[in-house]
Amino acid sequence: MNHAGESAPPESASPVLEIEGLRTSFFTERGETRAVDDVSLQVRRGEVLGLVGESGSGKSMLGFSILGLVDDPGRVVGGSVRLNGVDLVKLSAEGKRRLRGKRIAMIFQDPMMTLNPVLRIDTQMIEAIHAHERMPRAVALERACEALALVGIPDPRARISAYPHQFSGGMRQRVAIAIAMLHQPDLIIADEPTTALDVTIQAQILAQLSTLVRARGLSMIWISHDLSIVSRLADDIAVMYAGRIVEQGRTIDVLERPRHPYTHGLIESVPSRNEPGRRLRQIPGLPPDLTRLPPGCAFRGRCARAQPDCAQRAPPVTTLGDGRALRCFHPVADEREVA
Amino acid sequence: MSVDQMVPAGPGLPGGSPVAATAAADGSPWRSAWRSFCRSRLALSGLALLVLLCLLALLAPAIAPQNPYDLAAISILDGLLPPGSENPEGGYFWLGTDAQGRDIVSAILYGLRISLSVGVLSAFAAAAIGASVGLFAAYVGGRVEAVIMRIVDLQLSFPTILVALMILAFLGKGVLNVVLAIVIVEWANYARTARSTMLVERRKEYVEAAVCLAVPTWRIIFRQIMPNCLPPLIVIVTLQVARAIMLEATLSYLGVGVPVTEPSLGLLIANGYQYMLSGQFWMCVYPGVTLVLLVVAINLVGDQLRDVLNPRRQA
Repeated sequence: MNHAGESAPPESASPVLEIEGLRTSFFTERGETRAVDDVSLQVRRGEVLGLVGESGSGKSMLGFSILGLVDDPGRVVGGSVRLNGVDLVKLSAEGKRRLRGKRIAMIFQDPMMTLNPVLRIDTQMIEAIHAHERMPRAVALERACEALALVGIPDPRARISAYPHQFSGGMRQRVAIAIAMLHQPDLIIADEPTTALDVTIQAQILAQLSTLVRARGLSMIWISHDLSIVSRLADDIAVMYAGRIVEQGRTIDVLERPRHPYTHGLIESVPSRNEPGRRLRQIPGLPPDLTRLPPGCAFRGRCARAQPDCAQRAPPVTTLGDGRALRCFHPVADEREVA
Repeated sequence: MSVDQMVPAGPGLPGGSPVAATAAADGSPWRSAWRSFCRSRLALSGLALLVLLCLLALLAPAIAPQNPYDLAAISILDGLLPPGSENPEGGYFWLGTDAQGRDIVSAILYGLRISLSVGVLSAFAAAAIGASVGLFAAYVGGRVEAVIMRIVDLQLSFPTILVALMILAFLGKGVLNVVLAIVIVEWANYARTARSTMLVERRKEYVEAAVCLAVPTWRIIFRQIMPNCLPPLIVIVTLQVARAIMLEATLSYLGVGVPVTEPSLGLLIANGYQYMLSGQFWMCVYPGVTLVLLVVAINLVGDQLRDVLNPRRQA
């Protein structure tokens, strides 16, 4: 089995996170549901990986699998997740707990929901610091203020004693990012962090985060269903469909020369990429039900390029040059074709 | 939008959102709850009455004309005097005396002490026990939760007064025994409410966020989730204080509650009741009025708290 990074690492930067053949399944009365199926990817230091897919494609579940926080009846059934060489899948519960929030932090979609409404910001931030490090309250408070300043909250010393409801949505998300930054983690998993915000705030947060990532040598997995956002931020893109990564590579390559019909369809359906007056192309059909995936390629029912062999077996990973990987028997031709 | 609609809120603007906005503008959710509590005058007067009664109970030894427990201070010769009679040792028996010559004002003040402390103590003890059990059940889940909640159902299916009577028949009289009996019959209410709020809260994203930060489990339960579960529990505690006071009065009236040496309001009513038909109403009526005032005051406060702390209202 080929893995994207092994054959052609595009740059010498060492990967912070390496995932190989990760599989997460849910075991219910209806049988095994593969939420994450044979996913391999890597994230290098100071870089952002954009993880794109429709709702239910397993992108959030991949995030939780990395953190080791898959709820019953699900569990990680195979593969490895190596953070700086340490396999998280094999770690004990306590070992995972020690990494969580310290070496890997998570930012969630809705900042209205992720901050505790009845606790002040300082209480919540100090709580997060004390979860991993013992230090006097005053020192912890100082560090919390620094983190708030870092994410562009003006006058952090005054604002830190406020309650979440006294912040606007964008400011709340900045607070959430500041909490994620408290322990200067190696990896931040951001699960659609700008989806709940309006567009101007979204742009500010994006700019702030990309500066932070480059300046502080962070690595980030940016989960989103929005290709246009990912294209502004990510160095690499991985496209997920029905629990599998169907295409990955450098952002510019994937966006300019999509090979998988699904990626191609996604790009065609972004409004700003189309000429005015032209009809938007949508991908026909709905994402498949993961509990009863048909054999063969999961995308075949919606794919214009599907051939009889697509129903025979799932397409394996094909490695192309430049660290690109693909799961398709009949990829779109290399030259960018616009019908 | 027309120009006059954009003019900043004038005095004629109806309440609603601007009030909510200012309430939200400065700080603590508790402070904004207090502000909306103050909006009801009835509840505020209930609170004032409650504070007054609590102060009277607390200061009873200082303000009562005599110590009703001190047999040397009371004279049987002053027995059964009507309200307003003169006390040969100076002053007046404003609310009359009982058969032993005990001043009713003093007896009520001391009785208030007993009633209030039994009510508060038992409601809080039941809340602490019941809420912990409920939170624990909801957090652990599975079979443990099922067993605990069936015990709660079983407990709630028995009539309160019957169980309390049985417990006291077994334990005997005594202030602490009454508290214990009330705790045993009331904890299940808290357990049920705490569990249901916890089930709602633990699915919220801030809990998930805290788990992702690896905040220890017990801190998540007690520091992150519990403060969010408090509002409904506070309402129940308030109303249960009133219920506990009533329950104690009932038990004492029936003769299984507090001992004669430490008369509560209920016991005073029971003692005075025998003289009702001979026209000596004051021994029974005045403690009764005090009991009613106390319970009404607590319920007024509790009802307003229920409106203020209703999570649906805060949406």
